[in-house]
Amino acid sequence: MSAEVISELMREHIVKLVASGKRADGRVPEEIRPLKIRKNYIGTAEGSARVNLGNTDVLVGVKISTGEPYPDTPRSGVLTTSCELVPLASPTFESGPPSPTAIELARVVDRGIRETKTVDMEKLVITPGEKVWVVFIDIHALDYDGNLFDAASYGTLAALSCAKMPGRMTGGADKPLPVDHWPVSITAAKIRNTIVFDAALDEERIADARLTVAIDENGDVRAMQKGLSGSFSYDEVRYVISTARRLGNELRRTIQA
Amino acid sequence: MIMVDVEPVEKEIQLLDANERRLDGRALDELRPIKIEAGVLRRADGSAHVEWGGNRVLAAVYGPREAHPRHLQDPARALVQCRYNMAPFSVSDRKRPGPDRRSVEISKVTSEAFSAVVFTEQFPRTSVDVFIEVLQADAGTRCAGITAAAVALADAGIPMRDLVTACASGKIAGKVALDLNKEEDNFGDADCPMAIVPRTGEIVLLQMDGHLTEDEFDQAMKLSIDATKRIYEMQKEALRRRYSTVAFDEPRAPAEVSA
Repeated sequence: MSAEVISELMREHIVKLVASGKRADGRVPEEIRPLKIRKNYIGTAEGSARVNLGNTDVLVGVKISTGEPYPDTPRSGVLTTSCELVPLASPTFESGPPSPTAIELARVVDRGIRETKTVDMEKLVITPGEKVWVVFIDIHALDYDGNLFDAASYGTLAALSCAKMPGRMTGGADKPLPVDHWPVSITAAKIRNTIVFDAALDEERIADARLTVAIDENGDVRAMQKGLSGSFSYDEVRYVISTARRLGNELRRTIQA
Repeated sequence: MIMVDVEPVEKEIQLLDANERRLDGRALDELRPIKIEAGVLRRADGSAHVEWGGNRVLAAVYGPREAHPRHLQDPARALVQCRYNMAPFSVSDRKRPGPDRRSVEISKVTSEAFSAVVFTEQFPRTSVDVFIEVLQADAGTRCAGITAAAVALADAGIPMRDLVTACASGKIAGKVALDLNKEEDNFGDADCPMAIVPRTGEIVLLQMDGHLTEDEFDQAMKLSIDATKRIYEMQKEALRRRYSTVAFDEPRAPAEVSA
């Protein structure tokens, strides 16, 4: 992804705003943009969700088929997360093999899901060592207006929660994919010395550092990723985690609905 | 049409009943329901969403912008570069992400079709980039994609001689039929997608696979050309809707707060 040019005027404007506790779109620092989720958006997928987080628009599709387990985990299903930052979604996205950004995004989302045991992998075994359910999560960015990490994560959870294991593959009825946990990802951006949550594009473009935290339904931390070249103090990290715990509950209800 | 997922033919399925009704209840000369919406994406310079039967396609246009790699730049005109891409979840068996031979070919013929209508000489050294994303596929995705891309180009304000409108006809159970769906494409005898400049009648894309006699080809083209006239009206209607609402609309984003 090529770096996006932002004017000095815009940069100074946003820096001034966040330093005084305001944001360009009128939000307060700890405010998340409106979240809208449409589950089962795609008929050809076993599960899917279209997510609008403010103007960021992401489509997540879950494809489920049967296959062989990995030799080292014969009693476990297979789950893979991929992300395409297609050039349709932003002038800065280019066609070609997945960029490091796309790979990082897919891996951070994957980690949140995997570490929480959102999908009980043992329940995906059909015949141990031979046949298991294989779950592909594909994240397709459609409109990039900042904070793809969280939008992709909400979409993934929503798509998994409505996914069905297709009975036609095993000669039975469709069964819902077992989703046992609900990790909610919250990403904070640090601009100079101020932290804002769910950064919009202009904020994200000038952010010095980024921290993504996945919080489970008990308020425990299940995955984290710090990004960009700036840094966080230990107190700032604690502030991000405690704010994420607070914000996570309401978002979880929206994703579960 | 080359399908991404070809399911094994186990038994002959009956594509037409005694009254020449098709599996989805359509008559031979009937289109699937089509819905076109212009200006659906924020980042893109122009965009459109098309629902066409079970197809769902998004198109976005960026440009004219600097063409890169730079050695591709044409000092006399703009390039029109289309990229047709299928989402992995758009088909029944997951498609591996990234371009395959089929999508590269479709991208190429689509680029060529639009190069015929864009006033490329107005923007030397630049590129007009058209991105077509198939979100849900049900046969006829290239036609849906081209139809969407034409609306997206107009939405982006790219100067064009006219829109481009696409539709396919084919042959099922020995009869020429308009706008094949997935079963008809898989089990039918021929498929012939085309794209036309409706105002002038120039055919800017034409592909065919299967088996058609000369008469059948004539019938198929007549069906397609007639259908593109109806689709053309829907494209224009989508653009009118988009620009008649904008005039009375609230500002799209809240005005920036002054510091």
